[in-house]
This record gives sequence, C-alpha cells and structure tokens, in this order.
Amino acid sequence: MKLMETAVEKWSGAIQEVTLGAGADAGGTRTSTIKVGGAAALPFMDFEGVTPNAPVVAMEVWDCEPTDWPAPLREALGDVVKDPAEWARTCVEEYGADAICLKLANTHPDEGNTSPQEAAAVVKAVLAATSVPLIIWGCENDEKDNDVMPVCSQAAAGERCLLGAVTEDNYKTLVAACQADGHSLIGLSPIDINIAKQVNILVSEMGFPLDRMVMYQTTGALGYGIEYTYSIQERGRLAALGADKMMALPVICMVGQEAWRAKEAKATAEEQPTWGNADTRGVYWELATAATLLQAGSDIMVMRHPDAVRALKGVVGNLMK
Amino acid sequence: MALKALDIFKLLPKTNCKDCGCPTCLAFAMKLAQKQTTLDQCPHVTDESKAALEGASAPPVRLIKIGTGAAALEIGNETVLFRHEETFYHPPGIGIVIPDDLSEEALAAQVEKLAGSKFVRVGTDIAINVAAVDDVAGDADAFARTAAAVASAGVPVVLVSSDVDRLAKALEQTASGRPLICGATPENWEAVAALAKSERCPLAVSAPDLDALAELTQKIVATGVEDLVLNVGGEDLAATLQALTAARRLALKKQVRALGYPSLTICRIEDPMANMSACCSYVAKFSGVVLTTLTEPEALLPILTVRQNIYTDPRKPIQVEAGLYAIGAVTPDSALLLTTNFSLTYYTVEGEVEASRVPAYIGVVDTEGTSVLTAFASDKLNADNVTAFLNSDDVKAKVGHRKLILPGYISVMSGSLHEESGWEVMVGPREASGISKYLKTVWQGA
Repeated sequence: MKLMETAVEKWSGAIQEVTLGAGADAGGTRTSTIKVGGAAALPFMDFEGVTPNAPVVAMEVWDCEPTDWPAPLREALGDVVKDPAEWARTCVEEYGADAICLKLANTHPDEGNTSPQEAAAVVKAVLAATSVPLIIWGCENDEKDNDVMPVCSQAAAGERCLLGAVTEDNYKTLVAACQADGHSLIGLSPIDINIAKQVNILVSEMGFPLDRMVMYQTTGALGYGIEYTYSIQERGRLAALGADKMMALPVICMVGQEAWRAKEAKATAEEQPTWGNADTRGVYWELATAATLLQAGSDIMVMRHPDAVRALKGVVGNLMK
Repeated sequence: MALKALDIFKLLPKTNCKDCGCPTCLAFAMKLAQKQTTLDQCPHVTDESKAALEGASAPPVRLIKIGTGAAALEIGNETVLFRHEETFYHPPGIGIVIPDDLSEEALAAQVEKLAGSKFVRVGTDIAINVAAVDDVAGDADAFARTAAAVASAGVPVVLVSSDVDRLAKALEQTASGRPLICGATPENWEAVAALAKSERCPLAVSAPDLDALAELTQKIVATGVEDLVLNVGGEDLAATLQALTAARRLALKKQVRALGYPSLTICRIEDPMANMSACCSYVAKFSGVVLTTLTEPEALLPILTVRQNIYTDPRKPIQVEAGLYAIGAVTPDSALLLTTNFSLTYYTVEGEVEASRVPAYIGVVDTEGTSVLTAFASDKLNADNVTAFLNSDDVKAKVGHRKLILPGYISVMSGSLHEESGWEVMVGPREASGISKYLKTVWQGA
C-alpha cells in the first residue's frame, strides 16, 4: 500500500529491551523469562517499525490478606489471598499471568510491620510456587524499604527480579542490592519527564546498566488522571524514538491498584443504580484503564482481577497479531 | 498544513502596491500566515494563486456535522497527533448500533435506553451522543422503520447499509435530521453519493485499504459531495488502529487531502470486554465516531470516560468542584484537611486520606485549578477565601468542631487565618504522603 508507506515516520531510536527473570542458564530458576521493550515504533504501528515484545500482563499479589479490596475483587480471587504463594500460583496457573508483582504491604510500620526476614520468606515462597518472573515492590516507606528490600533482594539472588522503587531521594541502597544480586530496578517519578530522567541518570551514574531498568511514572486510573499518565507516556515514547537513551526505558503501570480505587469500580448497585452491573463494572474499569494506557506505550501492566487479566491478554494478542 | 509566510509571498503579485493596507507584499504574507488578515484584502491576486492559497488554508481535517440543532455532532478539524502538542478539539460521537430486526418492544426498549444513557462525572454530563441503525434484516421497510424510531430519540443517526434502495427508503423519513449515510463503497459509490448529494447528508466512505479509500473520496468529492467521513473498520483491532493513525498523520503531516476527513469505527466484536477495549483504543486514537454493539451501562461508562479524559485540554488545569468532601465513614468530629481544586492535588490528597483509613473531610477551595503553593503565591488561596469556605453552610452543617489542618507548605498563613476565621489552625504535613501518619499520630480528635 502506497499511502501506508508515505505515512511512515522515520525514528532514530528504540525502547531499551529488558529481560525479566533468569532461567537455569543465567543462574536463576525461572522456566519462563520475558523480554519487555524493544519497540522501534509508536505503540503497535507495525507499518513503521517493529514491536518485538508483547506488553506483559502481570498480577498483583500481597504478602498479607488485602482486607480492604472491594468485594467483587475479593470474591473473584477467593481464599487464596490468605496465602501469598498459593495466590501467586493461582494467578499463573489459572489466570495466565505472565509475571507476579509481589507487594510487601505488610512490612509497612502502620500495617503488620513484619521483619525483613519475614518478607524474604514470602519472596522465597512465591518464587518456589511459580516459575514466572517476579516483581517485588516495597511498602513505600523509605526507611523500612531500605531495611527490607536488600534482604529480599538477597533471598532472590540470581532470579533477575524487578525491584521497586527507587526515587531521586532514595536510591543508593536498592541500587547496590540489585547490583549485587543481579536484579533489575524500577525508577519512580510522578508524571514528570525531567524527574524520570534524573532518576535514570542518578542510577546509571552508580554504574547500574540501563538494560536493567524500568520506569514507573505513576499511574492515573481512568477518570482519575489517566490523561496525565497517557500524555507523559506518549511524550516518553516520542523522546525514546528520537534517540533519547535516558527516556528509552520500558514503562510499568500499576493498573489494578489505581483502577480499583475509583468510585466507578467500587460503588455498589445500591449506591449507583444507573451505573450497571456492580460485579463486572470494576473489571471493565480496570480493563479500560489498561487498554487505553497500552495505546500510549506501556510495557508492563500490573492487574488485579482475573477476568480483567484474561481479557487484557486477549487484547494484547489482537494488538500483536 | 498551514503555509509559511514565504510560501504565501511567492503566490502574491510582489508589487508592494499597499492596496491591502500593508507596506509590502511580504508583510501581507506574514499577516496571512498568522491568520490576522484575509486574502480578499488583495485586489490583484490571480485566480490561480487564490485557489492555491485557499486550498492551503482549509483545515487539514474537515469539520463534519452530523445531525441538526443542539444535539448535532461536530467532528474533525483536528490539528495534532498527540494531545500534549496542543489539544484534541472535537470529542468523538460514541454510539450504540441498533439492528433493524428487533421486535417492536425490543426496539422501543433500546430507544428508551438510548435516551437514558447519561452519566454525571466530575460535574459534567457524559452521554451516548449518536446512534446507528444497522441493516441486518435486508429489508427496506424494517430499516426505515427502525431508523425513524431511533431518530425519535433525539441523537444524530448513522444509517449503516450499503444498499442504496434501503438507504433511500430510510432517508425519506429521516433526511431532515441530517443523518450520516454509512455508506459508500467502491461498488456502490455512484448511487450512494448521488443520494447523499440530493438529501444533503454527510457520507461515510469505506474501501479495502487507505489507497482505495483516498481514491474513492476523490471521486466522490468530484461529484460535489464534500462532507465525508472515513469508515476504517473496527473489527481487527491492530489494523483499525494503524489505519486511524496513518489517516490522521497523512492528513496533518503529508497534506493528503483525500484523507482529510474524520474517521468512523464500528465495533461488533462479540466478547463485550474485547469490544469495550477496542472502543477505548479507538477513542484514544482519533476515531471521530465510535460505534459499538455494547449497550450495558457498565461497559459504556468507561468508553465515555476515556473520551472525557483524552479530550480534556492539557493546557488548562483540570479542576474539581470546590466544597466539602467526606472520605470514609465521617462524623462531625472527623478531621478537616484543606486543599485546592486542582484535580491532581485533590486526587493525591483524597488517595492518601483514603489509604489512611481514618475518616476525614477534605475542604476544597476554588483556586482556579492551581496547586497549593502556586495558589498561595498568586493569592488565590488566602485567609479570606478559606474563611468563606469555613463559614459555608455545608461546613457548619457537617463539621462539629473548629480545627482546620492546613497544608504544611503554607504554614505561614496559619496566623492570619486564625485571626480571620477564629478557627484553630493545625499545620499538616508538607507532602500528601505524610497525611496518613499525621492523621494517625498528630490528629487527636476534635
């Protein structure tokens, strides 16, 4: 087709390819490893360049039972949420999650305040129960994370996990741990390209390789700031395609975490009688958030609801056809 | 694509006659480029130059109007590929596809549903604003009857059929409402274009690929039908998104006028979640009319919200409504935190209060969508307007104490605010991330 060729933009850069998980050949125990990033075109625009790797659909697992998640979400997941390893195994084997994102929520001083050793035991249990790559998030309390994450990093040494998150004010401890144990890193910067770059520069100045980094620019749910995330990611993708290496890292989105905070996902049928079926409304909200952000150039989507995961995997399949 | 001043200058007489009011032809060209004057100010310009210049000044994506009156849908006239470059101007029509083989009761129910598909988000109505009638029965009477019923719902209508007789029959009763005829194909285009011309309705055009589509729009324009819409499909997600992007890019950046029209997508994917995902993607990627076979509110609400979010103007800060917000199971003794109506600021504070699981009120002052520090620096957040908020009926009715938690960054305001309002002013954390700890430790109850 002549016009499709005329429409091609010539890009000089591409997204950095990052490998999640390490198999036996690389010193780990994962039987499935994943490559993310690598795209040399705007999202799914195959006529102008390759998108070598499909976006990753990961599922969020906590180290404690998340008692305040909305009812439709808790009901869909059932009792497995009482046991992180069982929960993770179910996500992979029954729901088809490409990766597990373990959130160490219970280490937070205001929650269970569990010890680094307790957290590391959960990490080990989840690794033993699954064979997919593991993402590990701290509890977002800098002081506690700096205690917990190095111990967890060591417990997972060699597995090439993705650990998060470093910020421009707190990065040295986690960078050192990931360097020592062969993991990759998530750099956090709230919807600001300059801060995102700054984090990437600070981390790489410590000698950490860019091909082991992913950006988290925070995620706005549909209806709650998604347009900011959308535009930051579009700008990031354009910068990367324009050969800005410090912006060319894959992007992770915490879709489930944000979407299930939305009123539209949580409200009961009694509260909002005109908004439709309350059992599936949240699933649609989570899925819509993910589907829209994929169009801006997201690489790792961390989801919560099994039905949203199944549907998103279908969407990804259609996009990559 | 707008011409540069020098390109325009080359087409002018270059006599510097000053008849246009400008000292030189170049000065006139510069004003034209900036759209500060019009070409008819020059009495000497040749017809050839006029045609060239008028062509170049036409919008790269034509503005198309579907329907009539207040409910009419205007799409097109877009100027950028990425919303951060400027903004997207004309939100797409989002509509449901109604087949023409429904029983009378089912059709009536659909029409009623259509009229009621409205939601309120952040103080704005978001609604289904177009409806399509789908020729599945293959019967002109059924198609015309359904079209008439759907038109009565008061939203602009899309007539989906490639059969010219059925389209003509449906137009007998609906043409005055200026429906979109959908439409012309490489096979039927002559008859359908003639129908669009005689009924003065916009026309959607489809073809197997963009080259054939561009060829077809040119043929149709030559017959005098200019209000066109590009029907780029909707079943194959990847192919549709690529066609949408390529068409927009060719129109804006390669001056391909044959594709300088808004697009339309029809999504009939059976699986509702896949269908909704596709529609959200089409809204984000330039589709001017997004039609779907989905009808349930839980599936439509997200699509409408994507439109609302993607088509907000990134140059203007988004605001939440000022007032008193209750988070969790509040009582009159719950804490009251102050913030501004910049949506990002508010949602950050709301998220932290919610995460703390300490029920609390958030007081939102109208600062014209600026954040706390900016608002304070520009005097949009001061003792006066905070006091006015504290004296509002809502606060009086719901808050049983007189203690206000002020954002830490503007602690300097606490003295004047205390004097002005008589409230006890507590200095809260500087960053929202400190709210949870603050509510659990510093806040000791009213």
